[in-house]
Amino acid sequence: MKRVLTAVCAAFVATSASAGAECSVGKTLTDGVLTIATGNPAYYPWVMDDAPESKQGFEAAVAYAIANEMGFDDSAVTWVRTSFDEAIQPGSKNFDFNMQQYSITPEREEMVDFSLPYYSSPMAILSTKSIAEKVGDPAPDALKDLIWGAMAGTTGATMIDDVVGPTKSTLLYSDNADVTAAMQAGQIDAALFDLPTALYLSAVVVNDGALLGQFPADRSQNPDQFGALMEDGNPIKACVDEAIQALTDSGKLAELEAEWLEAATGVPVIK
Amino acid sequence: MTPLLRMTNVQKAFGDNHVLKGIDLDVAKGEMVCLIGASGSGKSTLLRTINLLEPIDDGEILLDGVDISEPGLDPQPVRKRIGLVFQSYNLFPHMSATDNVMLAPRRLKGLSKAELEAPVTTLFERFGLADRMGHYPDQLSGGQQQRVAIIRALAMQPEVLLFDEITSALDPELVAEVLDVLRAVRAEGITMIFATHEMGFARELADKVCFLDRGRILEAGTPDQLFDAPKEERTRQFLSQVL
Amino acid sequence: MTETIKPPAPQGKRAAYEAALRKRSMRIAALSTLAVVAAIVILVPLAPGWEAVKRSFFNGGVFAKTFPGLLNAFLLDIAIFAWSLPLIALLGLAVAICRDIQRPALYPLRLFATIYTDVFRGLPVILVIYLIGFGIPGLGLPRPWNSPYIWGSLALILVYAAYVAEVIRSGIESIHKSQRSAALSLGLTTSDTMRFVILPQALRNVVPANMNLVVALQKDVALLSFVGPVEIFRQAGVYKSLYANFTPYVGAALIFLAITIPATRYADYLMHKRRRLEQ
Repeated sequence: MKRVLTAVCAAFVATSASAGAECSVGKTLTDGVLTIATGNPAYYPWVMDDAPESKQGFEAAVAYAIANEMGFDDSAVTWVRTSFDEAIQPGSKNFDFNMQQYSITPEREEMVDFSLPYYSSPMAILSTKSIAEKVGDPAPDALKDLIWGAMAGTTGATMIDDVVGPTKSTLLYSDNADVTAAMQAGQIDAALFDLPTALYLSAVVVNDGALLGQFPADRSQNPDQFGALMEDGNPIKACVDEAIQALTDSGKLAELEAEWLEAATGVPVIK
Repeated sequence: MTPLLRMTNVQKAFGDNHVLKGIDLDVAKGEMVCLIGASGSGKSTLLRTINLLEPIDDGEILLDGVDISEPGLDPQPVRKRIGLVFQSYNLFPHMSATDNVMLAPRRLKGLSKAELEAPVTTLFERFGLADRMGHYPDQLSGGQQQRVAIIRALAMQPEVLLFDEITSALDPELVAEVLDVLRAVRAEGITMIFATHEMGFARELADKVCFLDRGRILEAGTPDQLFDAPKEERTRQFLSQVL
Repeated sequence: MTETIKPPAPQGKRAAYEAALRKRSMRIAALSTLAVVAAIVILVPLAPGWEAVKRSFFNGGVFAKTFPGLLNAFLLDIAIFAWSLPLIALLGLAVAICRDIQRPALYPLRLFATIYTDVFRGLPVILVIYLIGFGIPGLGLPRPWNSPYIWGSLALILVYAAYVAEVIRSGIESIHKSQRSAALSLGLTTSDTMRFVILPQALRNVVPANMNLVVALQKDVALLSFVGPVEIFRQAGVYKSLYANFTPYVGAALIFLAITIPATRYADYLMHKRRRLEQ
């Protein structure tokens, strides 16, 4: 009975754009306009060619889907750019919500608000072909003896110690480019990224890049989930959540994920 | 008999400033020569060329018949044989009096502190500084510092000692103690060349007095000749000003 | 009020006047400091954003959770500092001596030393750390010779040695020519003259200036984090992301200050002592 009710409600929400539009009236920064933030610059495969207006790329496509669901035309969407750190500082924001692969963590939620997750990312191990040959089957013991690196401040950095527990101290870097530079220089053997990023780096950035494997999302205690970031206490959160829930239920999110992140297959799962 | 030191037509210029314009000077072994003359007449430079601190532009300086002014010649062995005492003492301020004296013998003659202890102590005693051996230069009076500087030069047992107006920087009451030391050194028969303003002292101890004027030795002779019967007008003028 | 009989000031009226003057300026300094502190304590919490700033910069809970980890990470800073410092001293000294070489035959060495100091003093430290820390290992050195600890430290050493070399050279030049003349006139070799006469005096003269460089080095060690090592600055950044809170940076700042303030005071003390000696 309950399930039927939920389904009915979801169906109602999904089909009734006017209900979403009513939700967000007077709650956006600018009336009638939805201001969405992304990174500066924004990267493949989240935003193609650093042009979110094109709706190309996973986050760009999801952003427009959310906006439509909330009752905004494509033309009523404006984009702003923020740095990663800027957005989690206290203070007022210049966006309604920010999509930049923010992992939802309870600590962050004390400072800012997150929407429901729009993506759950498995973590994958970026490495090089020569290391991959040496390691062979990515057994946990073999992974321990590698020198690990990650971008500081990402979930990957903390997960290395939790899930792998390497014997040598982990090296952390300021951005992905430095992680790959260190890998190229042979200073680290492996680095942990969310799967889409790892795929991109191994294909485009790292010479002879290879993915050693991926951890299933349930392997770590808190699988990395990306949510749209909003100012603490922003009333629009309810509207965004409603829209994402609708997109999840309708299978639209899974569709977009398959469209933009489908390359995320064929990497061995580490048991 | 060849002189111990012979300078022939020594020329030295600093840029346009022609300081030594052909110096000829013979110094026999055991002789004491005084250089007198106004400031800027070239006395200091003359001494510094002998010690090879200033390379000369032309001429010859023979020590025991060997030309030591040859360009490219290693000056170090020559300096070991020729000591120089400076107007401003130039003690090493970070070393005690004893260490100032011992440094050169230790490095150049390979003597140990223990080996040097006795002879150095004797020197300090002879010059009335036995109780100052452990003192640092800034704990000593000007006269005491200058005496340590003389001991430092003597410790290398040089064949020739050069003194560059060593009493000029001293208060008048301290001049006497330094001159006393020089009398003692003179008594040992070391060859000395002495640039000075102390005419009385020059007269008392010198075998030969040279009057330098604008880079030339204008007149030379025994003290009696030079002080009592100068031949040159400029010598007379100079002496009348300083005596 | 009771009458107290003051003992006569031992140095007479001048001393009494100066004591009164000192008392008065102490009073003024104390009052004005108090006023500024009071203004900060009262006014800052009135600012509209204060609660948010307090929560994200001065969060007691986050501080307690992260401080031990920060201290632990600081050990790496100390280790890098400890192995870099002697090498900086040695290289700086060697370069300073090369720059003072007078012999024409060794002119290339002198030229090289001059170029070296010009280049490394002219570059930002972080740039050198990036270029050497990633660049040289990128040439294909085998483990462990491609370690970021080695090359990052080398970058620090190269930059700081250039500064130290300049300081020492200025010390060498501050020693009067007559000291060199005196040593040479005794027959000492040029190297003995440098070693026993010039350098001991020069190095003593530049101790305060070098102490300032030591303080700066303590801070710049944190720049090694850019090529990988997780020292205190990086650790604080990790905590910042983890807790979405800037308190770990405040904790790191406190740890740095605990080391650098005493070191700075000591450098000032040495400088002061030196100046008094010269008077």
